[in-house]
Amino acid sequence: MAPRAWIAALGAALCLGVGAQEARPLADDPVLEAQVLRIAEELRCLVCQNETIAASNADLAVDLRKQIRTQLRAGRSEREILDFMVQRYGDFVLYRPPLKGTTLLLWVGPFALLLAGAAALAMALRRRAAAAQAPSEAELQRARALLDAGPAGRQPADTPR
Amino acid sequence: MKRYLLPLAVFALLVGFLAAGLELDPREVPSPLVGKPAPAFSLPTLGEPGQRLGNQELRGQVWLLNVWASWCVACRQEHPLLVDLAQSGRVTLIGLNYKDKRDEALAWLAEHGDPYRTSVADVEGLVGIDYGVYGVPETFVIDAAGVIRHKHIGPVTPEVLQGTILPLVDKLRLPGGA
Repeated sequence: MAPRAWIAALGAALCLGVGAQEARPLADDPVLEAQVLRIAEELRCLVCQNETIAASNADLAVDLRKQIRTQLRAGRSEREILDFMVQRYGDFVLYRPPLKGTTLLLWVGPFALLLAGAAALAMALRRRAAAAQAPSEAELQRARALLDAGPAGRQPADTPR
Repeated sequence: MKRYLLPLAVFALLVGFLAAGLELDPREVPSPLVGKPAPAFSLPTLGEPGQRLGNQELRGQVWLLNVWASWCVACRQEHPLLVDLAQSGRVTLIGLNYKDKRDEALAWLAEHGDPYRTSVADVEGLVGIDYGVYGVPETFVIDAAGVIRHKHIGPVTPEVLQGTILPLVDKLRLPGGA
């Protein structure tokens, strides 16, 4: 009986744990909250830089979610709220930064590298194919010598160059 | 030999980029506020909550805004430097007490010394958001026209103070400074 009681207790504890994690501060308005979350997912938390403001539990992320909620209630659009964040924290706060002079390398760089790699590969392949197809002058001479020599002259033609 | 030159050059370039990347601190995100007017604030002072201080009242002088909190461990690191700076009287230092409790903040200043001409209390952290604060301590250099000229993230070190902040303050003080 004892082990089963333990398992039950453990199960209850686990359920509690899961429940505690899901108990986030939810506003009374689920539509608004979904909107807050959608905007928060576009924004990078500057404290823990690889998390979104939606995912992070850093103090700043909590404050910024609150800020988004307040501004949505005040009737601000998603665009206006994102602009508000960029004005304060810079383009870095956006997970999808706009395409402009300073972010050009970020957007185009990977594709440029891919193209450069593909071009290098194509060139190398072509060169290899060309080299494989056309025997060199020395090889031709050697082949000719072998053919011309016949059985009698095999000895000299066979010596390695 | 020649055929190895190109891969070697590419490799050297890559090593160069990676080495430069190692030197960069990803935590230091350049602030879009540098070169822009400092966001307006008017907050109760920490010492006397009945009184308020706003950045408009600091117009006409070069000043430093130092974001600090009693819960901030890195602030202890820079604090002696700020106390020395205040004693030298070289520049006005205003504290933004960020998301702190008043009694704890006052106790902290009593223990470590108070280098600030005034500290204002940003209990909700809303002014902090306006200034793009994401890691305490942070220090802003603001010129006589109220424009942010520099932002330092993290504790001020003697090198940063002597090498960047104070020379900038001196430069901004020259007539027609900046």
